[in-house]
Amino acid sequence: MIRNPRDLQRYTASERANHWVVGICFILLALSGLAFFHPAFFPLVNLFGGGTWARILHPYIGVVMALFFLVMVVRFASLNTMAERDWEWVKRVGEMVNGDDHNMPVQGKYNGGQKLLFWGLVLSMLLITLSGVVMWRSWFSFSVGMVRTAVVVHAAAAAFMIGLIFVHVYAAIWTRGTIRAMLYGTVTRAWAKQHHRDWYRSMTGDKN
Amino acid sequence: MALQSLDIQRRSATTTPAPQARETTEIAKLIDVSACIGCKACQAACMEWNDVRDEVGNCTGVYDNPVDLTENSWTVMRFAEVEENGKLEWLIRKDGCMHCEDPGCLKACPSPGAIIQYSNGIVDFHQENCIGCGYCVTGCPFNVPRISKKDNKAYKCTLCSDRVAVGQAPACAKVCPTGAIQFGSKADMKDYADKRITDLKSRGYQQAGLYDPQGVGGTHVMYVLHHADRPQLYNNLPADPSISPTVALWKGVAKPLAMAALGLTALGSLFHYVMKGPNEVSKELEDEMERQAEAETEGERENAR
Repeated sequence: MIRNPRDLQRYTASERANHWVVGICFILLALSGLAFFHPAFFPLVNLFGGGTWARILHPYIGVVMALFFLVMVVRFASLNTMAERDWEWVKRVGEMVNGDDHNMPVQGKYNGGQKLLFWGLVLSMLLITLSGVVMWRSWFSFSVGMVRTAVVVHAAAAAFMIGLIFVHVYAAIWTRGTIRAMLYGTVTRAWAKQHHRDWYRSMTGDKN
Repeated sequence: MALQSLDIQRRSATTTPAPQARETTEIAKLIDVSACIGCKACQAACMEWNDVRDEVGNCTGVYDNPVDLTENSWTVMRFAEVEENGKLEWLIRKDGCMHCEDPGCLKACPSPGAIIQYSNGIVDFHQENCIGCGYCVTGCPFNVPRISKKDNKAYKCTLCSDRVAVGQAPACAKVCPTGAIQFGSKADMKDYADKRITDLKSRGYQQAGLYDPQGVGGTHVMYVLHHADRPQLYNNLPADPSISPTVALWKGVAKPLAMAALGLTALGSLFHYVMKGPNEVSKELEDEMERQAEAETEGERENAR
Protein backbone atom coordinates (compact mmCIF):
# COMPACT_ATOMS: atom_id res chain seq x y z
CA MET A 1 0.00 0.00 0.00
CA ILE A 2 1.41 3.38 -1.04
CA ARG A 3 1.38 5.99 1.68
CA ASN A 4 -0.25 9.14 0.54
CA PRO A 5 0.23 12.53 2.24
CA ARG A 6 -3.52 13.02 1.90
CA ASP A 7 -4.21 9.96 4.13
CA LEU A 8 -5.83 10.66 7.47
CA GLN A 9 -4.18 9.86 10.78
CA ARG A 10 -6.48 7.53 12.75
CA TYR A 11 -4.17 6.28 15.51
CA THR A 12 -0.96 7.70 17.00
CA ALA A 13 2.09 5.48 17.38
CA SER A 14 1.52 5.29 21.12
CA GLU A 15 -2.12 4.23 20.67
CA ARG A 16 -1.04 1.53 18.23
CA ALA A 17 1.66 0.20 20.53
CA ASN A 18 -0.85 0.18 23.38
CA HIS A 19 -3.34 -1.78 21.26
CA TRP A 20 -0.77 -4.39 20.26
CA VAL A 21 0.51 -4.94 23.79
CA VAL A 22 -3.09 -5.71 24.75
CA GLY A 23 -3.51 -7.82 21.59
CA ILE A 24 -0.42 -9.95 22.21
CA CYS A 25 -1.43 -10.46 25.84
CA PHE A 26 -4.90 -11.46 24.69
CA ILE A 27 -3.57 -14.11 22.31
CA LEU A 28 -1.26 -15.59 24.95
CA LEU A 29 -4.03 -15.54 27.56
CA ALA A 30 -6.61 -17.07 25.24
CA LEU A 31 -4.26 -19.90 24.24
CA SER A 32 -3.24 -20.76 27.80
CA GLY A 33 -6.72 -20.16 29.18
CA LEU A 34 -8.39 -22.45 26.64
CA ALA A 35 -5.84 -25.11 27.59
CA PHE A 36 -7.10 -25.02 31.18
CA PHE A 37 -10.73 -24.84 30.07
CA HIS A 38 -11.04 -27.78 27.71
CA PRO A 39 -8.91 -30.96 27.49
CA ALA A 40 -8.93 -30.67 23.68
CA PHE A 41 -6.77 -27.55 23.99
CA PHE A 42 -4.47 -28.78 26.77
CA PRO A 43 -1.56 -29.41 24.33
CA LEU A 44 -1.42 -25.62 23.85
CA VAL A 45 0.41 -25.44 27.19
CA ASN A 46 3.48 -26.65 25.29
CA LEU A 47 3.70 -23.19 23.70
CA PHE A 48 4.45 -21.90 27.20
CA GLY A 49 6.91 -24.57 28.29
CA GLY A 50 4.42 -27.06 29.73
CA GLY A 51 1.37 -27.07 31.99
CA THR A 52 3.07 -25.75 35.08
CA TRP A 53 4.69 -22.85 33.22
CA ALA A 54 1.41 -21.99 31.54
CA ARG A 55 -0.25 -21.93 34.97
CA ILE A 56 2.50 -19.70 36.38
CA LEU A 57 2.61 -17.26 33.44
CA HIS A 58 -1.12 -16.88 32.68
CA PRO A 59 -2.00 -14.58 35.62
CA TYR A 60 1.08 -12.36 35.19
CA ILE A 61 0.28 -11.84 31.50
CA GLY A 62 -3.23 -11.04 32.72
CA VAL A 63 -1.92 -8.28 34.96
CA VAL A 64 0.01 -6.72 32.05
CA MET A 65 -3.10 -6.91 29.86
CA ALA A 66 -5.35 -5.42 32.52
CA LEU A 67 -3.02 -2.44 33.04
CA PHE A 68 -2.59 -1.67 29.35
CA PHE A 69 -6.29 -2.24 28.73
CA LEU A 70 -7.06 0.30 31.44
CA VAL A 71 -4.90 2.85 29.60
CA MET A 72 -6.87 2.12 26.42
CA VAL A 73 -10.13 2.62 28.26
CA VAL A 74 -8.94 6.01 29.51
CA ARG A 75 -7.89 6.92 25.97
CA PHE A 76 -11.00 5.77 24.12
CA ALA A 77 -13.94 5.76 26.53
CA SER A 78 -15.14 9.28 25.70
CA LEU A 79 -15.13 8.44 21.96
CA ASN A 80 -17.41 5.47 22.60
CA THR A 81 -20.51 6.91 24.22
CA MET A 82 -23.61 5.56 22.52
CA ALA A 83 -25.79 8.19 20.82
CA GLU A 84 -29.12 8.04 19.00
CA ARG A 85 -27.51 7.44 15.60
CA ASP A 86 -25.39 4.63 17.03
CA TRP A 87 -28.48 2.70 18.10
CA GLU A 88 -29.95 3.38 14.66
CA TRP A 89 -26.76 1.95 13.14
CA VAL A 90 -27.01 -1.15 15.33
CA LYS A 91 -30.64 -1.64 14.27
CA ARG A 92 -29.62 -1.60 10.61
CA VAL A 93 -26.45 -3.66 10.96
CA GLY A 94 -28.13 -6.63 9.28
CA GLU A 95 -28.38 -4.71 6.00
CA MET A 96 -24.70 -3.88 6.15
CA VAL A 97 -23.64 -7.44 6.94
CA ASN A 98 -25.78 -8.46 3.97
CA GLY A 99 -23.64 -6.25 1.75
CA ASP A 100 -25.68 -3.03 1.48
CA ASP A 101 -24.46 -0.06 3.53
CA HIS A 102 -26.33 2.66 1.61
CA ASN A 103 -28.92 3.24 4.31
CA MET A 104 -26.50 3.19 7.22
CA PRO A 105 -26.67 6.37 9.31
CA VAL A 106 -23.62 8.65 9.18
CA GLN A 107 -21.09 7.73 11.87
CA GLY A 108 -18.36 9.51 13.82
CA LYS A 109 -14.95 8.04 14.57
CA TYR A 110 -16.62 4.85 15.77
CA ASN A 111 -19.87 3.26 14.66
CA GLY A 112 -22.49 1.79 16.97
CA GLY A 113 -21.10 -1.72 16.56
CA GLN A 114 -17.59 -0.67 17.49
CA LYS A 115 -18.91 1.19 20.52
CA LEU A 116 -20.92 -1.78 21.75
CA LEU A 117 -17.89 -3.99 21.22
CA PHE A 118 -15.81 -1.54 23.26
CA TRP A 119 -18.21 -1.70 26.21
CA GLY A 120 -18.53 -5.47 25.86
CA LEU A 121 -14.76 -5.73 26.16
CA VAL A 122 -14.71 -3.36 29.14
CA LEU A 123 -17.33 -5.49 30.90
CA SER A 124 -15.59 -8.79 30.16
CA MET A 125 -12.17 -7.44 31.15
CA LEU A 126 -13.59 -6.22 34.43
CA LEU A 127 -15.17 -9.60 35.20
CA ILE A 128 -12.13 -11.58 34.04
CA THR A 129 -9.67 -9.46 36.02
CA LEU A 130 -11.65 -9.54 39.26
CA SER A 131 -12.42 -13.27 39.05
CA GLY A 132 -8.84 -13.97 37.98
CA VAL A 133 -7.51 -12.36 41.15
CA VAL A 134 -9.82 -14.58 43.22
CA MET A 135 -8.48 -17.69 41.40
CA TRP A 136 -4.80 -16.72 41.76
CA ARG A 137 -3.61 -19.05 44.51
CA SER A 138 0.04 -18.01 44.34
CA TRP A 139 -0.79 -14.63 45.87
CA PHE A 140 -4.30 -14.76 47.25
CA SER A 141 -6.46 -17.12 49.21
CA PHE A 142 -10.17 -16.54 49.01
CA SER A 143 -12.94 -18.74 50.41
CA VAL A 144 -13.78 -21.81 48.35
CA GLY A 145 -17.27 -20.42 47.74
CA MET A 146 -15.83 -17.28 46.16
CA VAL A 147 -13.38 -19.30 44.06
CA ARG A 148 -16.21 -21.52 42.81
CA THR A 149 -18.14 -18.47 41.64
CA ALA A 150 -14.99 -16.91 40.21
CA VAL A 151 -14.10 -19.91 38.02
CA VAL A 152 -17.49 -19.84 36.29
CA VAL A 153 -17.45 -16.07 35.87
CA HIS A 154 -13.86 -16.23 34.55
CA ALA A 155 -14.68 -18.95 32.01
CA ALA A 156 -17.95 -17.38 30.85
CA ALA A 157 -16.55 -13.86 30.55
CA ALA A 158 -13.44 -15.17 28.77
CA ALA A 159 -15.48 -17.19 26.26
CA PHE A 160 -17.63 -14.09 25.66
CA MET A 161 -14.53 -11.95 25.19
CA ILE A 162 -12.88 -14.40 22.78
CA GLY A 163 -16.12 -14.31 20.77
CA LEU A 164 -16.05 -10.50 20.76
CA ILE A 165 -12.43 -10.52 19.57
CA PHE A 166 -13.34 -12.92 16.75
CA VAL A 167 -15.94 -10.37 15.65
CA HIS A 168 -13.44 -7.53 16.13
CA VAL A 169 -10.76 -9.25 14.03
CA TYR A 170 -13.18 -10.36 11.34
CA ALA A 171 -14.73 -6.88 11.05
CA ALA A 172 -11.22 -5.48 10.51
CA ILE A 173 -10.46 -8.07 7.82
CA TRP A 174 -13.86 -7.78 6.14
CA THR A 175 -13.80 -3.97 5.96
CA ARG A 176 -10.93 -3.50 3.51
CA GLY A 177 -8.43 -0.77 4.29
CA THR A 178 -8.99 -0.98 8.04
CA ILE A 179 -6.07 -2.99 9.39
CA ARG A 180 -3.51 -0.40 8.25
CA ALA A 181 -5.04 2.02 10.75
CA MET A 182 -3.71 -0.18 13.56
CA LEU A 183 -0.46 -1.05 11.76
CA TYR A 184 0.88 2.33 10.69
CA GLY A 185 -1.86 4.66 11.75
CA THR A 186 -3.46 6.05 8.60
CA VAL A 187 -6.53 5.38 6.46
CA THR A 188 -7.45 6.69 3.04
CA ARG A 189 -9.89 9.59 2.70
CA ALA A 190 -12.26 7.39 0.70
CA TRP A 191 -12.30 4.81 3.50
CA ALA A 192 -12.99 7.50 6.08
CA LYS A 193 -15.77 9.07 4.06
CA GLN A 194 -17.45 5.73 3.42
CA HIS A 195 -17.36 4.32 6.92
CA HIS A 196 -17.02 7.30 9.29
CA ARG A 197 -18.32 10.30 7.41
CA ASP A 198 -18.62 12.67 10.38
CA TRP A 199 -15.07 11.87 11.46
CA TYR A 200 -13.96 12.44 7.84
CA ARG A 201 -15.67 15.83 7.86
CA SER A 202 -14.06 16.87 11.13
CA MET A 203 -10.63 15.74 9.92
CA THR A 204 -10.76 17.38 6.48
CA GLY A 205 -13.21 20.26 6.81
CA ASP A 206 -15.03 18.79 3.81
CA LYS A 207 -18.77 19.56 4.10
CA ASN A 208 -20.03 16.64 1.99
CA MET B 1 3.70 -50.52 31.88
CA ALA B 2 2.79 -51.88 35.22
CA LEU B 3 -0.46 -53.76 35.42
CA GLN B 4 -1.69 -50.96 37.63
CA SER B 5 -2.15 -48.77 34.57
CA LEU B 6 -4.83 -51.18 33.38
CA ASP B 7 -6.85 -50.61 36.53
CA ILE B 8 -7.69 -47.02 35.65
CA GLN B 9 -11.36 -46.19 35.56
CA ARG B 10 -11.18 -42.45 35.05
CA ARG B 11 -8.47 -39.95 34.24
CA SER B 12 -8.63 -36.16 34.65
CA ALA B 13 -9.01 -33.97 31.52
CA THR B 14 -9.38 -37.02 29.30
CA THR B 15 -12.37 -37.36 27.01
CA THR B 16 -11.79 -40.88 25.70
CA PRO B 17 -12.35 -44.10 27.69
CA ALA B 18 -9.60 -45.39 29.96
CA PRO B 19 -8.30 -48.97 29.55
CA GLN B 20 -10.97 -51.21 31.02
CA ALA B 21 -9.72 -54.74 30.48
CA ARG B 22 -9.15 -55.54 34.13
CA GLU B 23 -11.85 -55.42 36.72
CA THR B 24 -10.78 -55.19 40.30
CA THR B 25 -12.87 -55.47 43.44
CA GLU B 26 -14.34 -52.25 44.68
CA ILE B 27 -12.67 -51.55 48.02
CA ALA B 28 -13.51 -49.31 50.95
CA LYS B 29 -12.10 -48.14 54.23
CA LEU B 30 -14.60 -48.06 57.06
CA ILE B 31 -13.94 -45.68 59.93
CA ASP B 32 -15.99 -46.59 62.98
CA VAL B 33 -16.07 -43.29 64.83
CA SER B 34 -17.73 -44.94 67.82
CA ALA B 35 -14.67 -47.17 68.32
CA CYS B 36 -12.01 -44.47 67.87
CA ILE B 37 -10.02 -43.51 70.98
CA GLY B 38 -8.12 -40.65 69.29
CA CYS B 39 -4.65 -42.18 69.73
CA LYS B 40 -3.40 -40.84 66.38
CA ALA B 41 -1.60 -44.09 65.54
CA CYS B 42 -3.19 -43.76 62.10
CA GLN B 43 -1.56 -40.35 61.63
CA ALA B 44 1.81 -41.71 62.66
CA ALA B 45 1.47 -44.76 60.41
CA CYS B 46 0.47 -42.53 57.49
CA MET B 47 3.58 -40.39 57.97
CA GLU B 48 5.81 -43.46 58.24
CA TRP B 49 4.51 -45.40 55.29
CA ASN B 50 4.28 -42.39 52.99
CA ASP B 51 7.50 -40.73 54.19
CA VAL B 52 5.86 -37.40 54.87
CA ARG B 53 6.80 -35.27 57.87
CA ASP B 54 4.90 -32.17 58.86
CA GLU B 55 6.39 -29.29 60.76
CA VAL B 56 6.02 -29.55 64.52
CA GLY B 57 3.29 -27.01 65.26
CA ASN B 58 2.04 -25.24 68.37
CA CYS B 59 -0.69 -26.21 70.77
CA THR B 60 -3.86 -24.33 69.97
CA GLY B 61 -5.82 -25.49 73.01
CA VAL B 62 -7.38 -28.55 71.40
CA TYR B 63 -6.17 -32.10 70.81
CA ASP B 64 -6.12 -31.67 67.01
CA ASN B 65 -2.49 -31.98 66.00
CA PRO B 66 -1.74 -30.83 63.38
CA VAL B 67 -4.76 -28.54 63.37
CA ASP B 68 -5.54 -29.11 59.72
CA LEU B 69 -4.74 -31.32 56.76
CA THR B 70 -1.59 -30.19 54.95
CA GLU B 71 0.50 -31.39 52.05
CA ASN B 72 2.41 -33.49 54.60
CA SER B 73 -0.50 -34.52 56.83
CA TRP B 74 -2.89 -36.56 54.73
CA THR B 75 -5.04 -37.54 57.65
CA VAL B 76 -5.91 -35.65 60.82
CA MET B 77 -8.00 -36.60 63.84
CA ARG B 78 -10.60 -33.94 64.48
CA PHE B 79 -11.90 -33.77 68.04
CA ALA B 80 -15.37 -32.36 68.75
CA GLU B 81 -16.87 -31.98 72.22
CA VAL B 82 -20.67 -32.01 72.05
CA GLU B 83 -23.34 -32.40 74.67
CA GLU B 84 -25.95 -35.02 73.90
CA ASN B 85 -28.69 -36.11 76.35
CA GLY B 86 -27.01 -34.17 79.15
CA LYS B 87 -23.74 -36.02 78.68
CA LEU B 88 -20.47 -34.94 77.13
CA GLU B 89 -19.60 -36.82 73.97
CA TRP B 90 -16.16 -36.70 72.48
CA LEU B 91 -16.61 -37.24 68.79
CA ILE B 92 -13.31 -38.01 67.08
CA ARG B 93 -13.32 -38.16 63.34
CA LYS B 94 -10.35 -39.21 61.25
CA ASP B 95 -10.48 -36.68 58.42
CA GLY B 96 -8.93 -37.18 54.99
CA CYS B 97 -9.83 -37.94 51.40
CA MET B 98 -13.17 -39.73 51.05
CA HIS B 99 -12.31 -41.26 47.64
CA CYS B 100 -15.65 -40.30 46.08
CA GLU B 101 -17.17 -42.43 43.36
CA ASP B 102 -17.85 -39.14 41.52
CA PRO B 103 -14.75 -37.12 42.49
CA GLY B 104 -15.11 -33.33 42.26
CA CYS B 105 -11.32 -32.94 42.18
CA LEU B 106 -11.01 -35.15 39.11
CA LYS B 107 -13.88 -33.37 37.39
CA ALA B 108 -12.26 -29.97 37.97
CA CYS B 109 -8.66 -30.94 37.12
CA PRO B 110 -7.47 -29.47 33.77
CA SER B 111 -4.31 -31.55 33.47
CA PRO B 112 -4.60 -34.95 31.75
CA GLY B 113 -3.66 -37.77 34.11
CA ALA B 114 -2.95 -35.63 37.16
CA ILE B 115 -5.88 -37.25 38.95
CA ILE B 116 -6.68 -40.92 38.44
CA GLN B 117 -9.54 -43.05 39.67
CA TYR B 118 -8.66 -46.72 39.85
CA SER B 119 -11.30 -49.34 39.20
CA ASN B 120 -11.06 -50.34 42.87
CA GLY B 121 -12.38 -46.88 43.71
CA ILE B 122 -9.18 -45.16 44.89
CA VAL B 123 -8.76 -41.58 43.71
CA ASP B 124 -5.06 -40.80 43.38
CA PHE B 125 -3.10 -37.66 42.56
CA HIS B 126 -0.19 -38.13 40.17
CA GLN B 127 1.96 -35.17 41.11
CA GLU B 128 4.22 -35.46 38.06
CA ASN B 129 1.26 -34.32 35.94
CA CYS B 130 -0.02 -31.74 38.43
CA ILE B 131 0.36 -28.14 37.24
CA GLY B 132 -0.52 -26.58 40.61
CA CYS B 133 -3.62 -24.64 39.57
CA GLY B 134 -5.67 -25.65 42.63
CA TYR B 135 -8.79 -26.52 40.64
CA CYS B 136 -9.03 -29.78 42.65
CA VAL B 137 -9.41 -27.69 45.82
CA THR B 138 -12.29 -25.87 44.11
CA GLY B 139 -13.90 -29.14 43.05
CA CYS B 140 -13.64 -31.08 46.32
CA PRO B 141 -16.84 -31.12 48.43
CA PHE B 142 -14.84 -32.19 51.53
CA ASN B 143 -12.05 -29.55 51.54
CA VAL B 144 -9.31 -32.16 51.32
CA PRO B 145 -6.59 -31.40 48.71
CA ARG B 146 -3.73 -29.18 49.84
CA ILE B 147 -1.29 -27.33 47.59
CA SER B 148 2.30 -27.43 48.81
CA LYS B 149 3.94 -24.05 49.28
CA LYS B 150 7.26 -25.68 48.42
CA ASP B 151 6.51 -27.31 45.06
CA ASN B 152 2.97 -26.09 44.24
CA LYS B 153 1.70 -29.64 43.76
CA ALA B 154 -1.55 -30.94 45.24
CA TYR B 155 -1.42 -33.67 47.89
CA LYS B 156 -3.92 -35.82 49.76
CA CYS B 157 -4.49 -39.35 51.10
CA THR B 158 -3.73 -42.02 48.48
CA LEU B 159 -5.63 -44.69 50.44
CA CYS B 160 -2.18 -46.31 50.27
CA SER B 161 -2.84 -47.22 46.63
CA ASP B 162 0.64 -48.75 46.52
CA ARG B 163 -0.18 -51.09 49.43
CA VAL B 164 -3.67 -51.90 48.18
CA ALA B 165 -2.26 -52.75 44.72
CA VAL B 166 -0.29 -55.60 46.30
CA GLY B 167 -3.09 -56.82 48.53
CA GLN B 168 -2.17 -54.93 51.69
CA ALA B 169 -4.46 -52.82 53.84
CA PRO B 170 -3.72 -49.07 54.11
CA ALA B 171 -1.17 -48.19 56.78
CA CYS B 172 -3.76 -46.48 59.01
CA ALA B 173 -6.06 -49.53 58.97
CA LYS B 174 -3.14 -51.86 59.66
CA VAL B 175 -2.04 -49.94 62.73
CA CYS B 176 -5.37 -49.02 64.37
CA PRO B 177 -5.33 -50.61 67.85
CA THR B 178 -9.12 -50.68 68.39
CA GLY B 179 -10.24 -51.87 64.98
CA ALA B 180 -11.92 -48.54 64.35
CA ILE B 181 -10.40 -48.53 60.86
CA GLN B 182 -11.45 -51.53 58.80
CA PHE B 183 -10.47 -52.25 55.23
CA GLY B 184 -11.84 -54.66 52.62
CA SER B 185 -14.27 -54.87 49.74
CA LYS B 186 -16.95 -52.21 49.82
CA ALA B 187 -19.65 -54.90 50.16
CA ASP B 188 -17.87 -56.47 53.16
CA MET B 189 -17.42 -53.08 54.78
CA LYS B 190 -21.13 -52.37 54.46
CA ASP B 191 -21.92 -55.71 56.12
CA TYR B 192 -19.49 -54.96 58.91
CA ALA B 193 -21.01 -51.49 59.34
CA ASP B 194 -24.49 -53.02 59.64
CA LYS B 195 -23.35 -55.11 62.60
CA ARG B 196 -21.78 -52.10 64.28
CA ILE B 197 -24.91 -50.02 63.70
CA THR B 198 -27.16 -52.72 65.17
CA ASP B 199 -24.90 -52.84 68.20
CA LEU B 200 -24.90 -49.05 68.59
CA LYS B 201 -28.69 -48.93 68.32
CA SER B 202 -28.99 -51.55 71.05
CA ARG B 203 -26.86 -49.26 73.24
CA GLY B 204 -29.24 -46.35 72.81
CA TYR B 205 -27.80 -44.62 69.73
CA GLN B 206 -31.04 -44.76 67.78
CA GLN B 207 -29.71 -42.57 64.97
CA ALA B 208 -26.54 -44.57 64.40
CA GLY B 209 -25.85 -45.17 60.74
CA LEU B 210 -23.44 -45.42 57.84
CA TYR B 211 -22.02 -42.36 56.12
CA ASP B 212 -21.71 -43.22 52.42
CA PRO B 213 -23.05 -40.01 50.83
CA GLN B 214 -24.91 -40.65 47.59
CA GLY B 215 -24.54 -37.03 46.41
CA VAL B 216 -21.03 -37.97 45.28
CA GLY B 217 -22.06 -41.46 44.17
CA GLY B 218 -20.97 -42.97 47.49
CA THR B 219 -17.44 -42.91 48.89
CA HIS B 220 -14.64 -45.42 49.36
CA VAL B 221 -13.98 -44.10 52.82
CA MET B 222 -17.10 -44.54 54.94
CA TYR B 223 -17.91 -43.66 58.52
CA VAL B 224 -20.03 -45.38 61.14
CA LEU B 225 -21.54 -42.46 63.06
CA HIS B 226 -23.47 -42.59 66.33
CA HIS B 227 -25.44 -39.57 65.09
CA ALA B 228 -25.79 -40.28 61.39
CA ASP B 229 -28.73 -37.88 61.26
CA ARG B 230 -26.39 -35.01 62.16
CA PRO B 231 -22.98 -35.50 60.49
CA GLN B 232 -22.27 -31.79 61.12
CA LEU B 233 -21.59 -32.67 64.78
CA TYR B 234 -18.39 -34.34 63.63
CA ASN B 235 -16.44 -31.17 62.90
CA ASN B 236 -18.77 -30.13 60.10
CA LEU B 237 -18.82 -33.32 58.08
CA PRO B 238 -21.20 -32.24 55.28
CA ALA B 239 -24.70 -33.73 55.61
CA ASP B 240 -25.33 -34.08 51.89
CA PRO B 241 -22.12 -33.40 49.96
CA SER B 242 -22.13 -33.08 46.19
CA ILE B 243 -20.03 -31.41 43.54
CA SER B 244 -20.87 -27.69 43.71
CA PRO B 245 -23.35 -26.68 40.97
CA THR B 246 -21.00 -23.92 39.80
CA VAL B 247 -18.16 -26.45 39.38
CA ALA B 248 -20.54 -28.85 37.59
CA LEU B 249 -21.60 -26.02 35.27
CA TRP B 250 -18.00 -24.91 34.67
CA LYS B 251 -16.63 -28.37 33.91
CA GLY B 252 -19.89 -29.66 32.43
CA VAL B 253 -22.20 -27.97 29.97
CA ALA B 254 -20.11 -24.76 29.77
CA LYS B 255 -17.32 -26.55 27.89
CA PRO B 256 -19.22 -27.81 24.81
CA LEU B 257 -21.43 -24.70 24.82
CA ALA B 258 -18.51 -22.27 24.74
CA MET B 259 -16.63 -24.33 22.15
CA ALA B 260 -19.70 -24.49 19.90
CA ALA B 261 -20.33 -20.75 20.22
CA LEU B 262 -16.71 -19.87 19.40
CA GLY B 263 -16.47 -22.41 16.61
CA LEU B 264 -19.67 -21.11 14.99
CA THR B 265 -18.47 -17.50 15.26
CA ALA B 266 -15.18 -18.35 13.55
CA LEU B 267 -16.78 -20.51 10.84
CA GLY B 268 -19.60 -18.00 10.38
CA SER B 269 -17.04 -15.25 9.74
CA LEU B 270 -15.17 -17.32 7.17
CA PHE B 271 -18.32 -18.29 5.30
CA HIS B 272 -19.64 -14.75 5.45
CA TYR B 273 -16.48 -13.55 3.72
CA VAL B 274 -16.66 -16.31 1.14
CA MET B 275 -20.33 -15.76 0.38
CA LYS B 276 -20.78 -11.98 0.74
CA GLY B 277 -17.30 -10.80 -0.17
CA PRO B 278 -15.30 -8.03 1.47
CA ASN B 279 -16.65 -4.61 2.37
CA GLU B 280 -14.62 -2.53 -0.10
CA VAL B 281 -14.51 1.24 -0.37
CA SER B 282 -16.81 2.21 -3.23
CA LYS B 283 -15.36 3.07 -6.64
CA GLU B 284 -17.18 6.43 -6.69
CA LEU B 285 -15.54 7.55 -3.48
CA GLU B 286 -12.12 6.40 -4.67
CA ASP B 287 -12.59 8.40 -7.89
CA GLU B 288 -13.89 11.43 -6.00
CA MET B 289 -10.78 11.45 -3.80
CA GLU B 290 -8.63 10.99 -6.91
CA ARG B 291 -10.21 14.09 -8.47
CA GLN B 292 -9.76 16.07 -5.25
CA ALA B 293 -6.09 15.13 -5.14
CA GLU B 294 -5.61 16.16 -8.76
CA ALA B 295 -7.39 19.44 -8.17
CA GLU B 296 -5.12 20.08 -5.23
CA THR B 297 -1.91 19.46 -7.14
CA GLU B 298 -3.30 21.57 -9.97
CA GLY B 299 -3.94 24.39 -7.49
CA GLU B 300 -0.45 24.10 -6.06
CA ARG B 301 1.03 24.31 -9.54
CA GLU B 302 -1.12 27.39 -10.21
CA ASN B 303 0.21 29.01 -7.05
CA ALA B 304 3.80 28.15 -7.88
CA ARG B 305 3.39 29.94 -11.20
